[in-house]
Amino acid sequence: MIAESMYQELILEHYKHPQGRGLRDPYDAEVHHVNPTCGDEITLRVKLGDGGKVEDVSYDGQGCSISQAAASVLHELAAGSTVDETLAVVEEFTRLMQSRGQVEADEDVLGDAVAFAGVAKFPARVKCALLAWMAYKDAVVRSST
Amino acid sequence: MNTGFDVERIRKDFPVLSRELSGGRPLVYLDSGNSAQKPTQVIDVMREHLAMHYSNVGRAMHALGAESTEAYENARDKIAAFVGAPSRDEIVFTKNASEALNLVAYGFGNPTNDDPRFRLGPGDEIVISEMEHHSNIVPWQLLAQRTGATLKWFSVTDEGRLDLSNLEELVTERTKIVSIVHQSNVLGTVNPVAEVLARARQVGALMMLDASQSVPHQQVDVAALGVDFLAFTGHKVVGPSGIGVLWGRGELLEAMPPFMGGGEMIEAVWMDHSTYAPAPHKFEAGTPPIVEAIGLGAAVDYLSAIGMDAIVRHERELTGYALGALREVPGLRVIGPQSLDRRGGTVSFTLEGIHPHDVGQILDDNFGVAVRVGHHCARPLHLRFGIPATTRASFYLYNTPAEIDALVRGLHHVQKVFA
Repeated sequence: MIAESMYQELILEHYKHPQGRGLRDPYDAEVHHVNPTCGDEITLRVKLGDGGKVEDVSYDGQGCSISQAAASVLHELAAGSTVDETLAVVEEFTRLMQSRGQVEADEDVLGDAVAFAGVAKFPARVKCALLAWMAYKDAVVRSST
Repeated sequence: MNTGFDVERIRKDFPVLSRELSGGRPLVYLDSGNSAQKPTQVIDVMREHLAMHYSNVGRAMHALGAESTEAYENARDKIAAFVGAPSRDEIVFTKNASEALNLVAYGFGNPTNDDPRFRLGPGDEIVISEMEHHSNIVPWQLLAQRTGATLKWFSVTDEGRLDLSNLEELVTERTKIVSIVHQSNVLGTVNPVAEVLARARQVGALMMLDASQSVPHQQVDVAALGVDFLAFTGHKVVGPSGIGVLWGRGELLEAMPPFMGGGEMIEAVWMDHSTYAPAPHKFEAGTPPIVEAIGLGAAVDYLSAIGMDAIVRHERELTGYALGALREVPGLRVIGPQSLDRRGGTVSFTLEGIHPHDVGQILDDNFGVAVRVGHHCARPLHLRFGIPATTRASFYLYNTPAEIDALVRGLHHVQKVFA
């Protein structure tokens, strides 16, 4: 009964009803990231506005519930926020994922993304959770250059 | 010779099968197509060699050197007999099936090889299939890139069979080598070797088989098959990892250039050139995986004592049972032949709306059921079926119908979680 702690209700909810899915125009940068070990992939676009505002994060992809739900949570969290704020969350999320379950998740910073804390205990699935978030980080870098 | 196949007795030979996983889950190992478990008979032979007989082979002039060399070369004899090789010198030890396939590919279009059968350049063609493991795709892509030859492939039918409808257009006078899988690691399909070979012979092409999934599960006889090269790996035949086998026709191995240079593959060395040992040693540069080869010899002894016929019958029963049981799971689609006709005990499937990684994770964590999920190193085949991944259950001599019941129970639970 270990895995079910990984499949939090919130993750399953985002998987079944993904938020902001689909690629939209206009956008400043588009990236395509894959996880070669499992074939999960994501195409992600970022549209930035004035003052470092993130106007939209749109995406399309395929993969397991963890990778798809992570993209959906990322969309909710990033759209309408600022680049600086979201990159701080990406950093905390990455730290959590790479902790092997040894650090306490900071819910104040992570918001809904805290639901992924259980994934950190499954090294094989950490890349699934990080796929969209790494793609987002990459897209932000590309849109600001 | 062997009348009763007693799966409970066989299970006792494999220590890991009585292991309990954390949380009190029994292990249900349905991933032998990935790698098989090891019987005590193999483990003991390897331990005994390491403990009491170990030294390097071929070059040590002392008692242990002689014992080690004898055990290593005995393993070659056992494997030659197991696959019906006309000569023990046709068995080359490699580290796995991938190395065996790369070794053969390296012999083509090679400036040091002037045998016309291996000459390869622009205008020449290599033929593989869409159902290959990456290890029987990438070496040929690399060869095509090196030489300017063209890579072509058989497509796969909706049922998961090789599409031979264009056999004559695909394999032509331009074809130098046809390399296909004997039994698919995803679909379970057993391919019609004779039909493809007949066409290859007609046009003067050589033919290689990737037998990684057939040698563990059926009596493979290289002479009866009639092909030119055959590759398989030790760890799927209840042997250790780190050891694989290339069988090749003696006269072809003689014609081929060495793959790697090093110790023990030479006849004489000067500062500016060398001459080479005859096959198989020409292809075994450096200290080989000694204990692994000996372990593989013990593995084929083990399988022979049980009898490949009995293993085939047992796996056939399991596969029939599994195909029937899986059909009852709503939304489950088997990718590959739906009947027992020309197929082995590998069953891959999709579950509607649920990604294989989620299926595999819940099966493992809740039920101790080990399956493989993903593209199983056969990405082009999954692209062909328009799916990113499958869940694969693969059976071996030690599996039971009760384990298939556990898989089905697990799948129902997975569906409940994602309902």
